[in-house]
Amino acid sequence: MAASTAIKKKNLFAPRPSMVLEKVPTGIRGLDQVTHGGFPKGRTALVCGGPGTGKTLLGLEFLVRGATLYGEPGVCVAMEETVDELVTNVASLGYDLPALVRTKKLAMDYVHVERKQIEETGEYDLEGLFIRLRAAIEKVKAKRVLLDTIELLFLGLTNHGIVRAELRRLFHWLKDAGVTAVVTAEVGEKALTRYGLEEYVADCVIVLDHRVTEQISTRRLRVVKYRGSSHETNEYPFLLDDEGISVVPITSVGLTHSAPTERLSSGIPSLDVMLANQGFFRGASILITGTAGTGKSSFAAAFAGAACTRKERALYFAYEESPSQILRNMKSVGLDLEKWMQQDLLRIHATRPTAAGLEAHLAHLYQEVEQFKPNVVVVDPITNLISVGDLHSVKAMLTRLIDFLKTHNITAMFTNLVYGNELMEETAIGISSLMDSWLVLRDVHHGEAQRVRTLNLLKSRGMAHDTRMHSFTLSNKGIEIHGI
Amino acid sequence: MASKQNTSRGSARRRPATGKAEKVRPFKRPVWELRLYVAGMTPTSIRAFENLKQLCEEHMHGAYKIQVVDLLEWPKLATGDQIIAVPTLVRRLPTPVKKIIGDLSNTERVLVGLDLRPAGGRR
Repeated sequence: MAASTAIKKKNLFAPRPSMVLEKVPTGIRGLDQVTHGGFPKGRTALVCGGPGTGKTLLGLEFLVRGATLYGEPGVCVAMEETVDELVTNVASLGYDLPALVRTKKLAMDYVHVERKQIEETGEYDLEGLFIRLRAAIEKVKAKRVLLDTIELLFLGLTNHGIVRAELRRLFHWLKDAGVTAVVTAEVGEKALTRYGLEEYVADCVIVLDHRVTEQISTRRLRVVKYRGSSHETNEYPFLLDDEGISVVPITSVGLTHSAPTERLSSGIPSLDVMLANQGFFRGASILITGTAGTGKSSFAAAFAGAACTRKERALYFAYEESPSQILRNMKSVGLDLEKWMQQDLLRIHATRPTAAGLEAHLAHLYQEVEQFKPNVVVVDPITNLISVGDLHSVKAMLTRLIDFLKTHNITAMFTNLVYGNELMEETAIGISSLMDSWLVLRDVHHGEAQRVRTLNLLKSRGMAHDTRMHSFTLSNKGIEIHGI
Repeated sequence: MASKQNTSRGSARRRPATGKAEKVRPFKRPVWELRLYVAGMTPTSIRAFENLKQLCEEHMHGAYKIQVVDLLEWPKLATGDQIIAVPTLVRRLPTPVKKIIGDLSNTERVLVGLDLRPAGGRR
């Protein structure tokens, strides 16, 4: 008898598949990576943040993606904004809520709570709210629920004891109903949320933040807590644009990427000769440093043009010149980039570095790369990004960017402006160690009235490259390196 | 509608003169249209109904109508009057619409909520 009980007990502790925490993908770019798979299935996740941090949008995107990508209809209980207001607010993000409502993929209910109209006398419960929620869930057979912002109940009702007890009941009920819920709340001064909702919803807590540093704003997201699951703990920048939210998992992926042996032309035949007669490695990161007017952009454009000639895609991030300016200038050195743009093999994205924070730039880079899927990326110049961040964060950002590009087997070229006679090693913001190839351009006085452009391949990992100093010229025939 | 109706309009009996209510509406006897939202016949909802009935008889005798809406049967009706708590008493007439939630055990507050008695300092 005793033995059999012992065995039974043992079995109780044996791992069962049902004990593993199941997750539902949010479908929000980057968030599923940060949470290692999404929100806890059949449970409630709390999204808190100050006003205007994007809580409602995150919740709505969770519903929209669920309905459109994963066949999981959703219910939105809006307490802060009316249904019409919500529809208008998210239309600019490309969500068509009325269409989802029409096709029964989404049910929306505006729950209005106003203290002034309500007198309280004696006992009550929030069954009315439950009934409405249940009706909406049944209407579309919902698997996802957004309660935005449930803490308005605390503002509308004076008996907080009842509200707390009812919220606890609500979250239990949601769990039993098997729907995955997102609850939004304002941040509090002392606790995570103003009314301590985190006490009830403790499975998964996400904090959103909107910070302005040196007049540049960055939105950030952090997973504060995820019971029963591993998750990333850093603060991640996220973007809100016409495609919704994208979170950028900017942690470095580490040195696990493979090293391809395929070679790529630099676009300049004589430079290819210097690169052991074959060119750069695919997936390499290439740095071009030089003083003003040494032709860094021309090298970068030639490299991008060569990719397009091979019918590959090139993505050019310009932080100094507008696309049309680049096209015009490159024409003068014999490079017709316009035809590649017309064939959509080349895309130029020009932004002012100060238009966004460093992380927002990185997020933007990621987004464009994921969308365009280029084979080659040019960042011209990375120097300008330094103006929006300190050296340490610039280096951290570049590390992440390079790792990201390498894992996608994308060859990247970065240009970097250096001033006067500064020591090259130092001015390359300490990033040269991240680079596989490093080309240094210089302007050398030659006699009294002449300046000569020179070039030197300081390093190129994994190949027997030319180490000599060469002079080169820029003409309408392109770049010509002498003495090869 | 699956609701209990308790109509006693135009009854011959006069409402006991309460003085204050007469002063507020001196010309016409108001018709009270009240709706009590409940979720099933729970002890709380029965108590709320009994409290309400008694109060109506005392203060608006012969000029009121109570409609009881059970949201378990009519969930869709919760949206129209923006019901979240039950029981909720809604004064639909006379306007403006007033809401009182709870089992209506505090008669004074119900009277204030229905504008039958001025609240301290509110008027």
